[in-house]
Amino acid sequence: MQCPKCHAPMHTYNRNGVQIEQCSGCRGIFLDYGELEALTRLEAQWSQPAPPPPPAPQAYPAAPPAPAWGAPHGGHGGHGHYGHQRHKSFGHMLFSS
Amino acid sequence: MTADTDTGADAPALISALADRAKAAAHPRTPTAPCSCPSAPLADRRDATVVRHDATVAKAHAPDTDPAALTLRVTTAARLPDLLLPPLTPDTATLHDRLVTFWPYGVPVDPDDPDAAPWEAAATLLARLHRTHVPAGLPPMRGPAKAARALDRLQATLRTTPGTTAHTAARPVLDAWAALPAWARAQAPMPGPPALCHGDLHLGQLVRHPAPDGPWKLIDVDDLGAGVPAWDLARPAAWYACGLLPPDEWTRFLTAYRRAGGPAVPADGDPWTALDVPARALTVQTAARAVTKALAADRPLDEVEQALVDACARMPSVAAGLPRPPRSAPGFPD
Repeated sequence: MQCPKCHAPMHTYNRNGVQIEQCSGCRGIFLDYGELEALTRLEAQWSQPAPPPPPAPQAYPAAPPAPAWGAPHGGHGGHGHYGHQRHKSFGHMLFSS
Repeated sequence: MTADTDTGADAPALISALADRAKAAAHPRTPTAPCSCPSAPLADRRDATVVRHDATVAKAHAPDTDPAALTLRVTTAARLPDLLLPPLTPDTATLHDRLVTFWPYGVPVDPDDPDAAPWEAAATLLARLHRTHVPAGLPPMRGPAKAARALDRLQATLRTTPGTTAHTAARPVLDAWAALPAWARAQAPMPGPPALCHGDLHLGQLVRHPAPDGPWKLIDVDDLGAGVPAWDLARPAAWYACGLLPPDEWTRFLTAYRRAGGPAVPADGDPWTALDVPARALTVQTAARAVTKALAADRPLDEVEQALVDACARMPSVAAGLPRPPRSAPGFPD
């Protein structure tokens, strides 16, 4: 997109979820329909007292139960043998009697 | 897919004969005319040799297969075409002293993309199978018998393997096996009301039919029969317990099974009251196969195989049926 005033290329920025086009030449800012209102709303929120802190992070959902003879780290957390990539040996096991 | 050539049998002659039979079944009107369709072996294992020709698959069953039992199992598949891949014909043929059955080709799960595993479809098919009335005369599901066979092979391999290292590695597997209830070792009838079971579930037992994108169906009826339905859930359960199958995949499988009304586990609460013994048995069976293969190749166990043996080693200290309480992820206090 080119600046309607000086025809230099415009770059898109995201400010608090609002897309803003700014000219790389004259630094002018182009707002789409409704974006000025969105910025105004954001500004109003900014001047209000700080919102209550977000709720404390929930613990990850508990892993499904596993038998006590299972792997010590198996079934939860990611210390099992699955990791990011399946072990080749397990890949074969998935398809074997 | 690549052919599974675990233990090539009396391969070339049988494969060639199977290809001819599959070709004749694929082109019944012109069985002797030359055709350009390729034939390809899909599997050549100790217990089965499978050859595909065009849309037809011919399977030579294990040498010790009982003909009457196989007919009952194949007939059951013909009667449940929504759950089990139906045979092209319920009749069996004989070739090179092997019983042969004929099936339509279905598209398997891609072995190179196990992340695409249809866990929900597998679980739903099993739940529906388990809720199906057991056909009269159908023999027992062969899961425990197959586990016992894996242990027999391990024992036989140990007898021919000198040195104490091999025996030390196998000890936990043998001990865990000995501690299983008699029914799980095929030494006693299976308990509880019998359900119609597949008997050998793994990801190689699912195909899309009609190819290429029809619904998933279960294949391989050799172990189909009446028995403890939790056995069919026990291989994924064992993989999960041993830390091999990620929790989310296990949850998807178990949740889909319960949603479909599967009777193998309680509808709510702890599933391990029902899964514990079968999952132990499948862990021991898989460990036995792994140790046998490692001994035959004179190589150490890999990480995955060691995880199975380690689980076997922990079994005797834990009474059957006692679950581990669910725990939250590291970093968060319980």
